[in-house]
Amino acid sequence: MKTEKLKETATVQVNGYEHITGAEALLNCLVEEGVDTVFGYPGGAIMPIYDMLLNYEGRINHYLTRHEQGAAHAAQAYAMVTGKPGICFATSGPGATNLVTGIANAFLDSVPTVFITAQVVSTLIGTDAFQETDIIGVSMPVTKWNCQVKKAADIPETIAKAFYIATTGRPGPVLIDITKDAQLEKLDFKYKKCDYIRSYNPHIPLNKKPIESAAIMINHAERPLILAGHGILLSGAEKELLAFAEKTGIPVAVTLLGISGFPTGHRLFAGLLGMHGNYGPNLLTNQADLIIAIGMRFDDRVTGNLKKYAKQATIIHIEIDQAEINKNVAVDVEIHNDAKDVLSYLTPIVKQNSFEKWIREFRICDKEEYEKVIKPEIKPESGAIRMGEVVSMVSDLTKGEAIIVTDVGQNQMYGARYYKYKNPNSWVTSGGMGTMGFGLPAAVGAKIALPEKEVITFLGDGGFQMTMQELGTILQYNIGVKIIILNNDFLGMVRQWQDMFFEGRYASTELVNPDFVMISKAFGIPAKKIVKREDLKESLTEMINSKSAYLLDIKVQKEGNVFPMVEPGKSVSEIRLTY
Amino acid sequence: MQQEFTISLFTEDHIGILGQITIILTRRQINIDSITASESAVKGAQLLTIVVKTTPEMIQKVARQMEKLIDVLKVFVHTSDQIIYQEIALYKVPTKGLMSGNIIDHIVRAHHARILEVSPEYIVIEKTGHKTEITELLNQLEPYGVLQFARSGRVAITKQVKELNSYLKEMDEANRYKSDKIEILN
Repeated sequence: MKTEKLKETATVQVNGYEHITGAEALLNCLVEEGVDTVFGYPGGAIMPIYDMLLNYEGRINHYLTRHEQGAAHAAQAYAMVTGKPGICFATSGPGATNLVTGIANAFLDSVPTVFITAQVVSTLIGTDAFQETDIIGVSMPVTKWNCQVKKAADIPETIAKAFYIATTGRPGPVLIDITKDAQLEKLDFKYKKCDYIRSYNPHIPLNKKPIESAAIMINHAERPLILAGHGILLSGAEKELLAFAEKTGIPVAVTLLGISGFPTGHRLFAGLLGMHGNYGPNLLTNQADLIIAIGMRFDDRVTGNLKKYAKQATIIHIEIDQAEINKNVAVDVEIHNDAKDVLSYLTPIVKQNSFEKWIREFRICDKEEYEKVIKPEIKPESGAIRMGEVVSMVSDLTKGEAIIVTDVGQNQMYGARYYKYKNPNSWVTSGGMGTMGFGLPAAVGAKIALPEKEVITFLGDGGFQMTMQELGTILQYNIGVKIIILNNDFLGMVRQWQDMFFEGRYASTELVNPDFVMISKAFGIPAKKIVKREDLKESLTEMINSKSAYLLDIKVQKEGNVFPMVEPGKSVSEIRLTY
Repeated sequence: MQQEFTISLFTEDHIGILGQITIILTRRQINIDSITASESAVKGAQLLTIVVKTTPEMIQKVARQMEKLIDVLKVFVHTSDQIIYQEIALYKVPTKGLMSGNIIDHIVRAHHARILEVSPEYIVIEKTGHKTEITELLNQLEPYGVLQFARSGRVAITKQVKELNSYLKEMDEANRYKSDKIEILN
């Protein structure tokens, strides 16, 4: 690696202002915001910023991914495991458009991210110049806010706004597009963090009245159920949720992104909601008399058929984004506030309670699910290795302490269902978007964020091949992620739907795969292929004990289906345990 | 049941805000019947008046999604009886037919319209009113041959007593509130 000699940057300070270029100003802004990690990919228009990065070595660590989409996913995962905003750089044109899937992913999953794209010289904008794309127009529907900067002097204020908007209220991605001339132009730099925008109000004073009404309803409920979403983790309300649940004795079901917001296996843990969630929480949603939804948005994968969803229940919705309230499900009590604020006020005013009889109903469901679904999955007596048994074994070997990152599809559902999450923010997945190819780059981002933590990613053979070039990033920076390919030589989830709803007509779902072990070794990553059950435990242990990155290609049951399942268009109470 | 709603949307004067708003309507398959942009009584705030037809449930959902946009200050949704509104239309008709007798005088008086310009070739008539009234005049002029016709979007003033300024003040106070840590008391 060749590092250029540091350029002379004779910065003169006058009245507290530094006379510097836009590129340097941008990096100063990032330092001021506490950023020390950036994921990205250079190109023509963004070269002034990359050139300046060399002067920030030791302060800002830049990780060169192998594709801009990888940088976007890595930045998102970085944010999901640390709670700090994820930062991503890309150049104009294709660099910017390659980010779009990652931006949309962060948007649907409310992850605080700041994307910096470069733009062609301002006089060329609108002329279809080389590598010019209207990324402001393209990213408008998938960003919380975006803005183009054409003058260096506008950089500090715009970046300050970007961080404020990305990280407050319901978090989300912000994109700032900076023209090349603005990067080169000089400005008088001074930074002031943003804490006020007239038209944006993320700090909502506590609406005490509806919370007090909610408390009365909670005190009188007989079959109450908490639905906890990503909002718990985003607002840092895990302890408050635990205190609320333990005082009231109300069972807690989590959404896909709510996983790790409440400890798996806690006596009040009711399980996972949604299409492939647990039997109890889905079935009993339609028997609860009171639903307390916290930081979740009643996504269609959670509710199933809306016409038959929780019609019997009174619904309290605690949500920071008012546009989510009454969007999919009409609610009875609307609490438009931050989850942590609400729970801190609510817990002291509800009575100590327990619902043993009601909880027993969950346990009965759990038992049935265990016998019919879980046991055959994690303790199969014969046949090919099952995905569930791999995840379950990894869970036992890591004692629920690892950070689990998944791709999308069957591998994701097994990762969600069969790992016992102990710590908040230890689960990273692509929820709303369902982006195949998310897993590997996200694992890279998570491991860079928390190098001391064990980061394990479960991928399918399909999703791995969408972004497997990121093995190059792992090689270059020696990132110790553990990669498990649950390999069935199929696009498993699509095949499952073909099996169930398209008369078993497998259209374009079977894959002829390369030798993943050879691919991994080409990138200097130790790897092993596992076919037999008796090799599983030893190999997983070897992988976990490895200091460096490690890849396991595990041949699993070719045509396994994930159950339980709420079929599309069906009600949550029609959840099926078996085929 | 679909009905007509007038959305009064106050925004910061930023580029691209209209695009963000139309994206929300487009995703919900709501057609814009009319749209007007102007400055408002509050300094720096732009007013967009958008007329759409949709259901009462849907208008609430899209209004909340609009208000969520960073640069949007406040969104009001009104039915026609909650606002005072006008549209303006211009009609260009050939002078020939209309000048015989006192047809033109009769039409203009009956419709409370006015004549803006008269030339040997054409007359330009202006009419402000509701859409139906404007269409009525158009129908009446049609036999004489309408050369051009243009109608503006709706402009509206709300009957509500509370004005944007007091909302802004409330929002401002809320904005300065920072949720300090609330101790768990039990």
